Amino acid sequence: MRYIPVTDKDREEMLSKCKAKNIDSFFLAIPEDVRLKRLLNLPSARSEMELIRYMQDIAAKNSNTNNYSCFLGAGAYDHYIPSVIGHLTSRQEFFTAYTPYQPEISQGTLTAIFEYQTMICELTGMDVSNASMYDGASALGEACVIASSASRKRSDIIIVEDMHPEYKETVQTYLKFRGIKYTAMSVEQLLNADLTSTAGVCIQYPSFYGDIYDMERIGRYVKESGSLFIVCANPMALALLKSPKGFGADFVVGEAQPLGIPLGYGGPYLGYFACIKEHMRKMPGRIVGKTTDVDGKTAYVLTLQAREQHIRREKATSNICSNQALCALMATIYLSVTGKEGFKQVAKRCVDNAHYVYEGLLNTGKFLKTSDLPFFHEFTVSPKSDISALNDYLFKHGFIGGLDTVKGWLIAVTEKRTKEEMDEFIRRAGEFNG
Amino acid sequence: MAELIFDLSKEGKCAFSLPQSQIPSYEIDERYARDEDAMLPEVTEVDVIRHFTNISRKNYGVDQGFYPLGSCTMKYNPKLNEDVSKLQGFCALHPYQPEYQVQGALKAAYDLQQYLCEITGMSGATLQPAAGAHGEMTGIMIIKAYHESRKDTKRTKMIVPDSAHGTNPASAATAGYDVVQVRSDDKGLVDIEALASMMDEETAGLMLTNPNTLGLFESNIKEIAKIVHDKGGLLYYDGANLNAIMGIARPFDMGFDVVHLNLHKTMSTPHGGGGPGSGPVCVKEELIKFLPRPVVCKKNDIYYLDYDRKDSIGRVKAFYGNFLVCIKALTYILTMGPEGLKQASETAVLNANYIMAGVKDNFIIPYDRFCMHEFVLSGNDQKEKYGVSTLDMAKRLLDYGYHPPTIYFPQIVHEGMMIEPTETENKETLDKFIEVMNKIAQEAIEDSDLLHNAPHNTYVRRLDEVTAARNPVLKWEKEQDL
Amino acid sequence: MKFTKDHEWIKKEGKYAYVGITDYAQQQLGDIVYVDLAEEDLVLQQGDVLCAVESVKTAAEVFMPVSGRVIEANHELEESPEKLNENPYEAFLAKITIDDESELDDLMTEDEYNEFLESEAE
Repeated sequence: MRYIPVTDKDREEMLSKCKAKNIDSFFLAIPEDVRLKRLLNLPSARSEMELIRYMQDIAAKNSNTNNYSCFLGAGAYDHYIPSVIGHLTSRQEFFTAYTPYQPEISQGTLTAIFEYQTMICELTGMDVSNASMYDGASALGEACVIASSASRKRSDIIIVEDMHPEYKETVQTYLKFRGIKYTAMSVEQLLNADLTSTAGVCIQYPSFYGDIYDMERIGRYVKESGSLFIVCANPMALALLKSPKGFGADFVVGEAQPLGIPLGYGGPYLGYFACIKEHMRKMPGRIVGKTTDVDGKTAYVLTLQAREQHIRREKATSNICSNQALCALMATIYLSVTGKEGFKQVAKRCVDNAHYVYEGLLNTGKFLKTSDLPFFHEFTVSPKSDISALNDYLFKHGFIGGLDTVKGWLIAVTEKRTKEEMDEFIRRAGEFNG
Repeated sequence: MAELIFDLSKEGKCAFSLPQSQIPSYEIDERYARDEDAMLPEVTEVDVIRHFTNISRKNYGVDQGFYPLGSCTMKYNPKLNEDVSKLQGFCALHPYQPEYQVQGALKAAYDLQQYLCEITGMSGATLQPAAGAHGEMTGIMIIKAYHESRKDTKRTKMIVPDSAHGTNPASAATAGYDVVQVRSDDKGLVDIEALASMMDEETAGLMLTNPNTLGLFESNIKEIAKIVHDKGGLLYYDGANLNAIMGIARPFDMGFDVVHLNLHKTMSTPHGGGGPGSGPVCVKEELIKFLPRPVVCKKNDIYYLDYDRKDSIGRVKAFYGNFLVCIKALTYILTMGPEGLKQASETAVLNANYIMAGVKDNFIIPYDRFCMHEFVLSGNDQKEKYGVSTLDMAKRLLDYGYHPPTIYFPQIVHEGMMIEPTETENKETLDKFIEVMNKIAQEAIEDSDLLHNAPHNTYVRRLDEVTAARNPVLKWEKEQDL
Repeated sequence: MKFTKDHEWIKKEGKYAYVGITDYAQQQLGDIVYVDLAEEDLVLQQGDVLCAVESVKTAAEVFMPVSGRVIEANHELEESPEKLNENPYEAFLAKITIDDESELDDLMTEDEYNEFLESEAE
């Protein structure tokens, strides 16, 4: 049997050492009436050759973004992943290791997380970052929970409406089960709202539809009302856009999938979570700190653990007991490879491409503007035809089109798109008469 | 000595290149632009490769050696699983591609849901939770939604055994429950009388791991289930220890209503130095309607995502879960087949009992009978007689090239050490480990300082965790080097 | 000075009282790394959570020995939590008012507390 190395002879010797008659002796504590008296009804074991062919066949039933040119974003982006990332994260030392609870033999993971925390702080302008969380949506949910409990005097949460719909749903789940009140409203409504009972306001930056608001104005209003400001930002956009520190964010969270993590049909991704120093001891999740060993050698270690579930149990700030270490490693390597200049160049190319496609689509005369606000690499336009039919048409010509949303056709353009692809995409979209 | 990638940075170095642009440049309005560049490193590709390769060598993975970390099921991570998850047809899919473009992915998810239901005996599943604790949260929310759907709103408490993982009470709290603790009896099992006296109509249910964290099967499980169900509560199965009973007993047949599994434990997917894991939740028939949205369904051989679920608890994350981890788990299940999974559990249990038999002359075994896939020993003798703590012994194991077992857990065992060998270790590995454990017991008697000061041979030695927590330094600062 | 079963001490001085944790408590916790100080001006009942004390591997809540209002938290502990280890009866956690002095009668004297510790140890 694969992956089970004990031979028949070994088994006999081991049983005798245990003073057990047979394997069944070990299971006598399981009452007869709860035992399964048949084999599990699962497909029979396959050999490696059979299995790889079977899984290749299943994979081949999918149309992937390598064979189709992808203009779909909405929270998951088709960026180029440098070759070194796959090579380094495939090192068994990283991917087969456990959580670094034994720092003496985990300095690799701990060092990488310390670097990751530094980079997230750099991008967001925040003082501290945790070691990462499940994804952007759940990181935002956790931030709202923390904000709600930060003061004994206010606890309500406001979600600015044009948040990713799935993030909004996730936040609602995190809040409603804890009995925390929340309301959704537009930016205009927020700027006229009475925030005296509001513990925190969360907003996406750029918005789900790509809009970049006057964040300084929003931040000022929220902070002057004494509420905490939670910004859910695309880290790729932070290469060029104003850092959330600049408009008073208390928490900056988001989805770091754009930083070298494959689309993977939605996961695993990488939730990042950063905040200003005041909230450090309330942060959810693991945090790595710098220290020294008994010989004075610099080393890294999981720290501030008294916040966490294995110590605080039901009083912990969160129930999370893992991080997305391997995905955080991908992001760390991504930001190292692209580096200070390269990262900006990637973001800038996204901006150039997205604006090129935006102008191109408008020029076909088949699409209407939906917003006057600036955007980064994602925007909506309103087509005259049915979006789903348009996407089907484009698919036949090798394109994965944008998302059908209440505000229109949501298109994302990354640095991967060539001029030829964009020209052809615009032409095909323009010629469709659905 | 260069320690961090930032230390290698030098202005003008770059490891990245973009194709020449063929379109006009677009400048973002200055009002919205960043004032200062993010201080990312400027390094070459060789710098990156050497740096991360060199730090990786300060780690310890399952491929290097024995990892008997109790409760974590550190079994071998098959390389085939990795290859399959890297097929472009899986890893290059956008989550919002229309269903007709991703029938293969939906089939894979659907099949995995079915297989996990068969393994647990349940009727419906979600792959959305990203980890075990996330699955617990989801499961407890389902329990709450069930009670509320029956207008049964006075249930405010969740019972958790004193031997439970810390995530159990923390997860119950995320769903808004108060946690009450039920004690263990002298056999290491849930104290039935105490449970019966606590369980009432204000209690939503009981969270249980079976086998429990002492590695013992809760033999009274049917009675426990009856006590909880009779008062209208539901029974939650923490799948942390499922590796002991695959194909042997199923949570549904024991009376459980909701189960989460840890694919990164039982189904051999890698731990990745702390994640990503995956924590699917399986439920019995009448709870299916509460599962998070969407659920992967099948109709006339077409797979689709069912969003139309008005009783759903909602979402716990974006998209559909850690899909690529699920692909690895699916590959594992198909590699093993029904006989293989059963044999995996049997061998995991055999291996644990074999180590227990091998070390029992030198260590206290507080619950001295056959264990399941793991057991807990107590270092109390070493502590009392020679002043050597379990921590000291765990650190000494590092010197012998092992990842130490879980220590000081569950908290009900003094100086506890929880050993879980898993089924993927051969007899020779177990024999060597037993020999080393017994040698350490001898060292405790002869040279306690050797243990107090362990480890001696690792890249770094014991760390100053007090200073790290008192004066946290949580990121690199340029000034440090000036 | 009076003591509670949760290992807090309270010392009355004029119209205010100081609250801290006992020597036994700090020994049990080990090296204290952080104190989550009480919110000033908060009105609390006897037994309510006043603040929390953290060491590397544990966290403990500190409860109000008597009902009253938090007048002042000891901000010195933000920078130097180790003072709780070094001098637990000097390093107070909070200065409070006492609503009802008779609640002090419910608490243990030093001798009673020492006896209590001995009985707990058995």
